[in-house]
Amino acid sequence: MNWISNFVRPKIRALVHKEVPDNLWRKCLSCAQMIFHRELEANLLVCPHCGYHLRIGAKKRLGMLFDEGVYKTIELPETPADPLKFRDRKRYTERLKEAQVKTEEKEAILVAHGEMGGMPVVIAAFDFGFMGGSMGMAVGEALLAAAKLAVLQKAPLITVPASGGARMQEGILSLMQMPRTVIAVEQVKEAGLPYIVLLSDPTTGGVSASFAMLGDIALAEPGAIIGFAGQRVIEETIRETLPDGFQRAEFLLDHGMVDMVVHRRDLRETIIRLLKLLGERTPPAEVVALPKAESESADAKPESADAATGAPTGAPAEASGGSAE
Amino acid sequence: MHNFLDFEKPIAELEGKIEELRHLSDDGEINIAEEVARLQVKADRLLRQAYAKLTSWQKTQVARHPDRPHSSDYIANLIEDFTPLAGDRLFGEDRAIIGGIGRFRGYTVVIIGQEKGSDTNSRIEHNFGMARPEGYRKAQRLMGLANRFGLPVVTLVDSAGAYPGIGAEERGQAAAIARSIETCLGLKVPLVCAIIGEGGSGGAIAIATANQVLMLEHAVYSVISPEGCASILWRSGEQAQQAAEALKLTAQDLIKLGVIDEIMPEPLGGAQRDKREAIETVGEAIEKSLRELRKFDGVELRQRRREKFLEIGRKGLA
Ligand SMILES: [Zn+2]
Repeated sequence: MNWISNFVRPKIRALVHKEVPDNLWRKCLSCAQMIFHRELEANLLVCPHCGYHLRIGAKKRLGMLFDEGVYKTIELPETPADPLKFRDRKRYTERLKEAQVKTEEKEAILVAHGEMGGMPVVIAAFDFGFMGGSMGMAVGEALLAAAKLAVLQKAPLITVPASGGARMQEGILSLMQMPRTVIAVEQVKEAGLPYIVLLSDPTTGGVSASFAMLGDIALAEPGAIIGFAGQRVIEETIRETLPDGFQRAEFLLDHGMVDMVVHRRDLRETIIRLLKLLGERTPPAEVVALPKAESESADAKPESADAATGAPTGAPAEASGGSAE
Repeated sequence: MHNFLDFEKPIAELEGKIEELRHLSDDGEINIAEEVARLQVKADRLLRQAYAKLTSWQKTQVARHPDRPHSSDYIANLIEDFTPLAGDRLFGEDRAIIGGIGRFRGYTVVIIGQEKGSDTNSRIEHNFGMARPEGYRKAQRLMGLANRFGLPVVTLVDSAGAYPGIGAEERGQAAAIARSIETCLGLKVPLVCAIIGEGGSGGAIAIATANQVLMLEHAVYSVISPEGCASILWRSGEQAQQAAEALKLTAQDLIKLGVIDEIMPEPLGGAQRDKREAIETVGEAIEKSLRELRKFDGVELRQRRREKFLEIGRKGLA
């Protein structure tokens, strides 16, 4: 029994091309202990010794969130591959190709739909391994597609950013993905659907300063770096060393920037509970015709008093929220 | 005002000579007026030539020129009865973003601008134009005020970017920018943005998600500074010139990419050489945009703004 058979049904197994040799040992980046790779996989890539959460790719992320690891990815919309003909020490097109070979993905994001706790959900998960999860036109367009799919399926949208920010090689067009992905979030919210963000390591720059910080509910993985500016830039600007734990998920929790920090093994359960709670809304109150002329009588429903301007005069006593008795 | 940029050296030398000659004219030399005129023509020609083919890196320098008119200059010259409004009602007052209410060409508007400051004291006061979360939250509050009273919003972008600091991160710089973009997108009043100098990344788009984005001829607008880009992609800040070219950050590049709507011409030698003219040009362009946007109702304005950003990159690119 390995991670695959625990979490992914056989038909999904075909998607996983490379199986890592079983005899591989990995050194934890945090506590430096050696971990047997199968043990690490079974533990959802969390160090069994110190709890360090390793970064995980988009496919694995989807596999561990959806019910029984079953999901369907959608084809990402086509976008111009290299709009600026960008070249630094290497051509951008070359870097793209390398990333595609390395990750076996087309871009730094996967959009999938399936179920969580039996409820339909759409998840957009980033792949940090693909050019640092950077957001260019393809990623922006994919998030818009994810929002559209969520609205069509009346499903909540969950995004899982793992990104250093905007993709510099697309210049200003990558910056434009900030407003564009905010629009994606607006579309989901306007449809009355929950939008949940699971902030994973790292979520910074233009990604954190757009759709990633607009969740109805924001969850974060332990230890994840979440922030706007890079730590080196901050250090160079203020010429001070940064405090311990700066920009970590726990730091954001302490500063009121996320709702909770959730261990990877509890994520699924937490998200399912949240979706259930958000989905089971109080049914709208029965519509009762307003009394005719004597409208200021005590028959007025409390809801209508709440919606009023707040002036206590004339409002029925039982409708004023502050009443102690 | 003579703060000369590197590439302006030959012009600076000529202008220095002209200045010297002017002082000599008292001595009764006959040919001096003629010589001054001759040199002036030459200096103008050099200036014209230099500014006609500025490289992206040179434009970056011009955009950052300390003598360029800043937001406060535009406000002082374009807005009557300007009444500054302060604070985000949450934590503090961030003077990197100035704003308030006033009358622009006969109509009340809310104006919000990133202010770099123009001398040591004012630069420190305005934190060199680099806003903290409070600045973006103040901007949101002012936009909300505009929305409530049906007032058009004018934003002026001129910032190297959002401030990278410990406090800024603690207080949610990323969230503040995200909410600011969201607020721009939600407005049911006209929103016109003028990029007057440096359009620095997330710090700029936070107030530049506008119905109309106007940009001065030598301003720059980019996802990252050329220096920052060079140090990451070339692993050396010295490649900033190359990075500036690669990033396509000039107004001329951006209009081709469909990211801005209009280029506002600058006076010969840049806005810093004739502030009044530059301010007037920007005023005219803003007025024209506002006049066009007045045709639409609130829902349309919001819808058109959204569609404008959704369209970016969907057509016209290779
Ligand atoms: Zn460990």
